[in-house]
Amino acid sequence: MTATLEAAAPSPAGEIPSFTVTMRIRRFNPEVSDEPTWEDFTVEAHGTDRVLDALHKIKWDMDGSLTFRRSCAHGVCGSDAMRINGRNRLACKTLLKDVNPDKPITVEPIKGLPVVKDLVVDMEPFFASYREIMPFLITTGNEPSKERYQSPEDRARFDDTTKCILCAACTSSCPVFWTDGQYFGPAAIVNAHRFIFDSRDEGGSQRLEILNDKEGVWRCRTTFNCTEACPRGIEVTKAIQEVKRAMITRAF
Amino acid sequence: MAHGTAAVAKVDSPRSPYVRRKTTRGNYELYSWIFMRASGVVLLVLIFGHLFVNLMVGEGVHAIDFAFVGGKWSNPMWQVWDLLMLWLAMIHGTNGVRTIINDYATRDMTRLVLKGLLYLAFTVVVVLGTLVIFTFDACPPDAPAELLASFCTA
Repeated sequence: MTATLEAAAPSPAGEIPSFTVTMRIRRFNPEVSDEPTWEDFTVEAHGTDRVLDALHKIKWDMDGSLTFRRSCAHGVCGSDAMRINGRNRLACKTLLKDVNPDKPITVEPIKGLPVVKDLVVDMEPFFASYREIMPFLITTGNEPSKERYQSPEDRARFDDTTKCILCAACTSSCPVFWTDGQYFGPAAIVNAHRFIFDSRDEGGSQRLEILNDKEGVWRCRTTFNCTEACPRGIEVTKAIQEVKRAMITRAF
Repeated sequence: MAHGTAAVAKVDSPRSPYVRRKTTRGNYELYSWIFMRASGVVLLVLIFGHLFVNLMVGEGVHAIDFAFVGGKWSNPMWQVWDLLMLWLAMIHGTNGVRTIINDYATRDMTRLVLKGLLYLAFTVVVVLGTLVIFTFDACPPDAPAELLASFCTA
């Protein structure tokens, strides 16, 4: 990847239109002040640049103290979920030209999780909920000597929820989660759904039991914020409804 | 975690309130979720039936007076109808407001006070309403006869 990036840089300007864009970033440094502040940076950007490229320019060339997470930078690792122009997105999947570069582009940390510094939040409460729903295959009896067979139809049943990258864009877009952070959150339910509807898994009823909690699926108000926020296009609210339905059919 | 400086330790503190305090498993929220849907459907029938009988049948809204209400509450069918409407509407509404309080109140104390007020209001309305439906006297003595229902002969 590095080779292609370097090769692209010296290509003649004018091929790709470039423009200046103002990045309005919410800065927070607990060692300096307890109050977060907005800081504007003006960046020269190309039409093909993503929000992450603009953040890189700021960090590498203007202010090295800017702090944010990113790992793969290609929309798979789920490290750089942030609130861009008021919506949760992955900085590495959002092109600057798609978020109206004529006006300042606001970049904030995702809401509802404690901010550590600048755009970095403490993901621990999010992962704690994820661990609670036991995101691993649970089986009984002897291990089979060959693969655990699954038909394509059975696989398709939970295909949508296998796409989750645990970026927390959904959970931190949920107004119920913002209130007190006690709600399990859409991401935990999506990952429970992935195993509950897996024909090879036998821990479904345990997971339903865990999510049949005052802070579980029943706190979902179907506002669809999570479905809109998901950078992987998972139908999150639908998955939550399916888990609700499974609980009701189990109870009656 | 062992942090060397006090400044770093300060970052850790916001973490504590985000831990789930206790597990609250059980079917309570499941049944309340189903109740909201079921009672909603039943209430649609009850309320529109009530509106139709009171406002449209016969003389319509002009027929409503003490005698009309007295006549209705002397009939066991309407007693049950109104009692059901009262209870279902009150439980449905109270449960709805309870969820709203849960969603919007950020502090435990606010939540406790608001829910206390809510349950108090619920109890007062339901007890008073139930009492009225069952103890209502359609033919009070010493009342002018023209105000009373036709079946009052005293």
